[in-house]
Amino acid sequence: MGQSYSAGLTVTESTILRKERILPLKGNVIAKKGDKVKGEDTIAETLLPGKVVPINLANKLGVTPAQLASMVKIAPGQQITKATVLAETKGLFGLGIFKNEVRSPVEGEVESVSHITGQVLLREPRIPVQVKAFIDGMVTEVIPGEGVVIENKSAYIQGIFGIGGETIGELKVLVRSPDEELDAGKIDESCRGKVIVAGSFIHYHVIDLARKHGVRAIITGGIDDQDIKKLLGYDIGVAITGHEDIGLTIVCTEGFGKIDMARKTFELLCSFAGKKTSIHGRTQIRAGVIRPEIIIPLEFTEDELVSLEPSLPILEPGALIRVIRQPGFGKIAKVVGLPEQLTTVESETRVRILEAEYEDGTRASIPRANVEVIES
Amino acid sequence: MQYDEKRLTRIVATDCGSTTTKAILIEWVDGEYRQTVRGEAPTTVEAPLNDVTKGVINATQELEELARLKYNNPSIKFMENGEFVIPRQGDVGVDAYVSTSSAGGGLQMMVTGVVKAMTGESAERAALGAGAIVMDLIASNDRRMNHEKIERIRQLRPDMILMAGGEDGGTVKHVVEMAELVSGADPKPRLGTSFKLPVIYAGNKEARQEIVEVLENKVDLIITDNIRPKLEQENLGPARDKIHDLFMEHVMQQAPGYHKLMTWAMGPDKENVPIMPTPAAVGNIMQAIAKEENIEVVGVDIGGATTDVFSVFTEEFIFNRTVSANLGMSYSISNVLASSGLPNIMRWVPFDIDESELRNMIKNKMIRPTTIPSLLEELVLEQAIAKEALRLAFEQHKEFAVTLKGMQKQRDISEAFSQSTSGATIVNLMTLDLLVGSGGVLSHAPRRNQTVMMLIDAFLPEGITRLAVDSIFMMPHLGVLSEISTKAATEVFRKDCMIYLGSCVAPVGKGKIGKPALYAKLELPNGTVFEETIPYGEIRLIPCGAGEVAKAILKTQGGLILDENRNRELTVNLHGGVVGIVLDTRGRKPFELPTDVPTRVALLKKWMRELKAYPESILV
Repeated sequence: MGQSYSAGLTVTESTILRKERILPLKGNVIAKKGDKVKGEDTIAETLLPGKVVPINLANKLGVTPAQLASMVKIAPGQQITKATVLAETKGLFGLGIFKNEVRSPVEGEVESVSHITGQVLLREPRIPVQVKAFIDGMVTEVIPGEGVVIENKSAYIQGIFGIGGETIGELKVLVRSPDEELDAGKIDESCRGKVIVAGSFIHYHVIDLARKHGVRAIITGGIDDQDIKKLLGYDIGVAITGHEDIGLTIVCTEGFGKIDMARKTFELLCSFAGKKTSIHGRTQIRAGVIRPEIIIPLEFTEDELVSLEPSLPILEPGALIRVIRQPGFGKIAKVVGLPEQLTTVESETRVRILEAEYEDGTRASIPRANVEVIES
Repeated sequence: MQYDEKRLTRIVATDCGSTTTKAILIEWVDGEYRQTVRGEAPTTVEAPLNDVTKGVINATQELEELARLKYNNPSIKFMENGEFVIPRQGDVGVDAYVSTSSAGGGLQMMVTGVVKAMTGESAERAALGAGAIVMDLIASNDRRMNHEKIERIRQLRPDMILMAGGEDGGTVKHVVEMAELVSGADPKPRLGTSFKLPVIYAGNKEARQEIVEVLENKVDLIITDNIRPKLEQENLGPARDKIHDLFMEHVMQQAPGYHKLMTWAMGPDKENVPIMPTPAAVGNIMQAIAKEENIEVVGVDIGGATTDVFSVFTEEFIFNRTVSANLGMSYSISNVLASSGLPNIMRWVPFDIDESELRNMIKNKMIRPTTIPSLLEELVLEQAIAKEALRLAFEQHKEFAVTLKGMQKQRDISEAFSQSTSGATIVNLMTLDLLVGSGGVLSHAPRRNQTVMMLIDAFLPEGITRLAVDSIFMMPHLGVLSEISTKAATEVFRKDCMIYLGSCVAPVGKGKIGKPALYAKLELPNGTVFEETIPYGEIRLIPCGAGEVAKAILKTQGGLILDENRNRELTVNLHGGVVGIVLDTRGRKPFELPTDVPTRVALLKKWMRELKAYPESILV
């Protein structure tokens, strides 16, 4: 017997969240410490460097880089328009007859001029970028030039996989139980701008209908791999998602295939129906794991904003677990034993297992690696 | 600094992989170093923990539990208050803690060169040899427009850039032009926004001054010796060393919890031992094997996210490493399906399965990478996918492991008619002596016979090849341990790490199913004799234990050959192993599986049964 750490996804009706909202490059932070912000508010903005356009002036004029020096008409840092002459030859006998010139193809600024390679780099005008708060909350820290930290109290659910970026909408539950498949008949104009909750599964044609009715996001237990492929037009090879532009965001709470949504997740979503919800499908399973998030901001007072130390989900007798691989994928069980010795399972793999009791009272040995703790 | 058994009696070594943190305990027992117990736990670089040391603590706790059980001594412990106790005091503590790491995506680099196939590839080789994943190779002649190159550099956000180009005294213009593109892109590092991106310049030394002028204000510029001082000479060492220094100084400092981990890794004198990128540590060990035993070696490490292939070929022990960044058994498993295609995976599966069920199973493994196949059917499917991942990774390796391109080669009359050209692959399966597998799916296969099957089906060894496996995936641990004790590393390597599986005899050529292909007479050490004329399209497994040798007479028929000299008859000693000697007459160049499903399934079952790869229940 004993206990051990187990990976798991967080599903909780109340937690103190702390979100860094950072610009891709340094810029101007608009929000101030102590500001109460809405998810839709812009908290920081910056100008991303414009596209760089390289031109080899020496080649264009048919001279060597060394000869080019006397022909260049611009200097680094200089503003240019499309008409600006970048360099010109002196022409025949230095009289300007048959002279060649190179004009800038873009507006912007001269980045550099090289007399070794004869290359000039032009930079197009900067591109404005804004970062929104994404969640209602309070700015508790300003990182100068970079962004802010926003804290709030929220109901919080981590999904296992998602596609599509950040969006905000009102939560609307369209099924009666976590094992129900979402039927196309439930999607209508009342879903416009909403974050809708399906049960165990949603078919491609229902997703497509939701998109046509302006649904902002879908939360579902399971989804079919081929439906994702149809939506995206390509197969996902490595799970790095969140940048897709398919008209809505999808967050899967359980996995691929038809899988009942965990009851706790479903009941939590039902209890917050009608509430404003911030959601994104960003998933990155390697290099600093990111999971999709469903965030439902709650009322809070400033003194409640005390982050708890992140706790490890502990696998111990009595802990509630979910099976995350066959056999019994998706089933809920209770840990009744944690034998220390290695055990041989059907595939003849020798692993550390746990003894579990399913909700119907039957018992099974399950590899510890194939369960996740449901945090209570 | 090297220590002996007086100072090192108990060592914990970990490898923080992208999925799992694996810990092993090495002890001085009865006058020798042995690996005694192992433990593992999920790697914890992700939220909410964001601290790699938590996974190390969990894996070490498992080690402690198992050590207490093994020695029936409840007072054994290695850590106190969440930190290693160094040096050991009786039952408490260890004498050293060392670690490798590939968590957080490992070391990600971009490299540049002038000519893609020359200095570009040399730069790529240096980066790969140092244990990096090469995100892109940008070269003057890579057919992309300059503005596209700038966009690409801006998007990539690598951990560092290695710039090569020009032999010493050669082109300055092209090297400087590349530096201008890097400068124009103003690249930012992947981790941390507050420091400048490290850029190593290892190109034409005549261009150094210009490079400094172009880059010094934009990046953290480090200059080292030219990687390709002459066309016919590669000098990868100095650049590789700089990459390792920067990996410790910059990249590791930014990854969650690594700052702490770096202070933990130390020897008995409390002197820190650098954390090594996992592939660099495996490369160390692979080269040591090849040189010590004077053999040609191919090694493969198939992980969750990536598959690394290492090879040492030719009399000069030329070392090559490739990383197939998107071929792996968990994070990248879905990409194996996308790259190989479903039919290529299904050709190794001896039963029917619904396509959508299989696709969803693969995707579920991708999003829950730490799960393991509990059902036999799922194990067979995972091993079929592994064969394809290994095959694809090896294809990429063969294309990369080539002779230096661009050399002027003087040929005498005897070479004039041979096909060897610069840029030809140096991977020759016919001369390969040893094929070593490692990584979860190979090292942890429930039956070693499955490992043999996966290695043979994926690599298709030719002629006579010994097969081995890293018993519990400890090559990385031993690679880094050799930094403080070569003695401990090599002893454990010989006794506990390498498990010889046996040998594979595979005649090369095409025959007709059922026609005689190979006459084999094997005299085994226990006196028994195996003698058979094996028809084409068959497999035989002859038990011959580890450390044993069978005296063999081999004669092929129907034009098949047995070695690089095109011999059709050989009298040789064949090494045994925990699985035995495999005689494989399924043909090479080409190796073909029937396209007709019932015929193929019947053959697969026959071969799997002969190899004793799976329980009978799944082969009926």
